[in-house]
Amino acid sequence: MIGASQLLERRGLIDQVGNTPLIRLEHVTSHLSDAVQVFGKAEWHNPSGSVKDRAAAEILRQALEAGAIRDGRTLLDSSSGNMGIAYATLGAALRIPIRLVVPGTINPVSKQLLQALGVELEISDPLEGSDGARQVAAELAAQHPDRYFYADQYSNPANWQAHYRTTGPEIVRDTQARLTHFVAGLGTTGTFTGAGRWIKEQVPGASIVAFQPNSPLNGLEGLKHLPTSRIPEIFDPTLPDEILEITTEQAHAMARRLAREEGLLVGASAAAAAVAALIVAERLESGTVVAVFPDSGLKYLDESFWRGP
Amino acid sequence: MSNIRVPTALRAYTEGQIEVPTKATTVGGALQELADRYPGLAPHLFGSEGQLRPYVNLFVNDQDVRTLAGVQTPLAEGDKLMILPSVAGG
Repeated sequence: MIGASQLLERRGLIDQVGNTPLIRLEHVTSHLSDAVQVFGKAEWHNPSGSVKDRAAAEILRQALEAGAIRDGRTLLDSSSGNMGIAYATLGAALRIPIRLVVPGTINPVSKQLLQALGVELEISDPLEGSDGARQVAAELAAQHPDRYFYADQYSNPANWQAHYRTTGPEIVRDTQARLTHFVAGLGTTGTFTGAGRWIKEQVPGASIVAFQPNSPLNGLEGLKHLPTSRIPEIFDPTLPDEILEITTEQAHAMARRLAREEGLLVGASAAAAAVAALIVAERLESGTVVAVFPDSGLKYLDESFWRGP
Repeated sequence: MSNIRVPTALRAYTEGQIEVPTKATTVGGALQELADRYPGLAPHLFGSEGQLRPYVNLFVNDQDVRTLAGVQTPLAEGDKLMILPSVAGG
């Protein structure tokens, strides 16, 4: 039996998480002042292809150090896709079994990836969405406390702490503390809360801007419309200087532009981040705007919006 | 009579109703009836020119209407029309 300390010592893949590049948007920004720069943090460079590797790695690290995953215990959580893929990828490398509850609306490619990675999947009622999946996971955890470590990414402080420890410091380092605006979407709110908190502390003059879909019915996978959702416990409502609302149509149009004008094939949530970053940048005479781009567009290629003009 | 099943995220607009009965004979007709009954829901389903928003996922008895006849898909007695939001959260 391998102990927790031995697992952490040999955590090869987990050490590859983070240190993703900042990519400057060159063409969709051509209408802006020359003194305004907009960057996307390309989180698809993480091992499992999304920003969620950061939270998954920190949740696993803290659980291993606390002895919460031991004696063959399984990590249990709910996910809309990317967090599950991150758990599955890093869990496989650490030989930790993963069980996930995912809503029936999960993207088919994400589901295939989870199955390929050997995860035990439970599908929850599609009408109840990700909050329903979370409820099912909580019930499973309560029924079998000895079988599962229930990670609960929405309330687990390791989620935002991952971004406070890595994403925020990377952005401050890579912009040489010159960023004026930080932009991130609200899903579990871990990225926004953790990185935003670090940036606020290190660059007090920077504005911390969140965005969410403008409607509960939207095509921005991974983002939450907070007014109609269960608010994640880790969300810090005092942190945002502003919360923008982005439409799915804006994000889909931007996804096509980023692919065709910048060579960046990103998912709809990253495209929405670019829309939000441009809204902020268009108000500036000078400044440096950094937005987090959670994943690439590869999982979503069968969506019809790519065929638009 | 068939039933429209409303996702949690939209129930604030349907006075908490989980299922709304409809006499409409097509998916499009049922959505229009729903929007007429609950006007606050209409902008979430339809664009400014009245077109159904393309990312609204609709299933009749577990079949995606995109693989059937879209909004022209007929509804028969006892059918269930589900409106599904995208997956949210991480």
